[in-house]
Amino acid sequence: METLRLLVVDDEAGIRHSITRALRSYDVQLPEVDTEVRFDIESASSGEEALRLVEASPPDIILLDYKMSGMSGLEVLQKLQEQSRDLLVIMVTAFATIETAVRATKSGAFDFITKPLTPEELKSAVRKTTCHLVAQRKARKLSEEKRRIRFEFIRVLGHELKAPLGVIESYLKLVQNRISGPEIAAYDEMVGRCLARAEGMRKLIDDLLDLTRIESGEKKRELVSIDVAEVARAALEAQKPGADQRGISTSLRAPEALEMVADRGEIEIILSNLLSNGVKYNRDGGQLHVELDGDDRTIRLAVRDTGIGIGPDDAAKLFDDFVRIKNESTRNILGSGLGLSIVKKIAKLYGGKVSVQSELGAGSTFTVVLERRPAEAAADQLARPVA
Amino acid sequence: MIQSDKTSGDAVNHPKTVLLVDDDLDYRTAIRAQLVSAGFQVIDAESVSEAKARLEECRPDLAIVDLMLEESDGGFSLCYQIKKRDASLPVIMVSAVTSETGLDFDVTTREERSWIRADAWLAKPIRFEQLMAEIKKLLKD
Repeated sequence: METLRLLVVDDEAGIRHSITRALRSYDVQLPEVDTEVRFDIESASSGEEALRLVEASPPDIILLDYKMSGMSGLEVLQKLQEQSRDLLVIMVTAFATIETAVRATKSGAFDFITKPLTPEELKSAVRKTTCHLVAQRKARKLSEEKRRIRFEFIRVLGHELKAPLGVIESYLKLVQNRISGPEIAAYDEMVGRCLARAEGMRKLIDDLLDLTRIESGEKKRELVSIDVAEVARAALEAQKPGADQRGISTSLRAPEALEMVADRGEIEIILSNLLSNGVKYNRDGGQLHVELDGDDRTIRLAVRDTGIGIGPDDAAKLFDDFVRIKNESTRNILGSGLGLSIVKKIAKLYGGKVSVQSELGAGSTFTVVLERRPAEAAADQLARPVA
Repeated sequence: MIQSDKTSGDAVNHPKTVLLVDDDLDYRTAIRAQLVSAGFQVIDAESVSEAKARLEECRPDLAIVDLMLEESDGGFSLCYQIKKRDASLPVIMVSAVTSETGLDFDVTTREERSWIRADAWLAKPIRFEQLMAEIKKLLKD
């Protein structure tokens, strides 16, 4: 239950009392914004008094008489506009002309009711205004939260790029100072590490571009019929050199062809992220197995590795931005921490989801389920940010 | 692995041995190169267990230990064990700034530091001149 402050401004004592009486025990139920509101009611007998009260402790809603002796309602409204206060005004008038209504709303009144007032009219106007106010405040809070998350993202990103850059710089300084003598071979290890860290930065930037592309919806998606089995075979082929180098055997079980409606690039990103993880986090001489099947409605894609596995606590946060599980077995593995978060975001576009089953030390299976014909609704979402 | 010593710098006649324990490969590689260039022998280890194995094989003149190893307090327990075994072996503890690592574990108060019994503390990123100054101070006898 939320309590809002409501100020009744009228130079007629009778009207002030009847409005106060009508609203005193009025609890507004607002299921549309998931709130219940009651009012603390104050009253003022003139425009001047009203402005003093607003100054001392600003109300949320003002019921303002249009025609008062001294300062008029319209003048009060204009003053309030100048102060740009976070409140809404309902104009109350006996002269229900179009002209007064237009002038009031032009000056910033949110609603307009006419005397003589019935309690029902009054309550209905107050309800509508309250709903708008609460919704507006919630929306503002939400956009502040979004801003905060964005800044946090940029802060972490800055750190993730700065760290490898710092490492590369310090190696270069050592080389510049000929720290290991004149023989160029003495620097092979340092140069190798520079290249590895530079590659890590490149991967981070590539992932970031993927993520931005998905979230902004700027790039036009080409939803056409594609053969996922063929995309999977190509993606696995691309990982083969890296897998061979570490003695990891690869296998694929898929139907000859498996059609779905999708943007080929997006399905490629899902597969290449899961498969490269399957190599990266595998053990030497391990296995990487891909399974692909589907029914009328969905496609199921599973990538199983025999790697280091993930503990249940870590698995819960695995699909968030910049999450890299840090422990003894992962400390020499480079990654951007964005790959799985990208996979999850793309899967969402296809009305699908990603899950993981894993056993520490034994391996993990990542499963992605996608709709074969993503609904129009999901396709529409592309134009809007996903998160 | 033991790096060959280049006899230069302040370790001309008795090349001193430094045990360098850190789980960050780049940090180890860079510091090792500089220490070797300054005339030290360097033994490095990336974990508490590896450091303990190296200590079974030889007795270094000084140890540089990162606070955060496999577990967030790995360096802390390693330092404690080194000192328990040989209180005269100087240990330099290195720790990253808390805000950078996002860890809530940090050792900042005098009391906490005295309990760990390290001989010197340095914050990452380390300036090598600063590290050398500490090493010189601790090896002067």
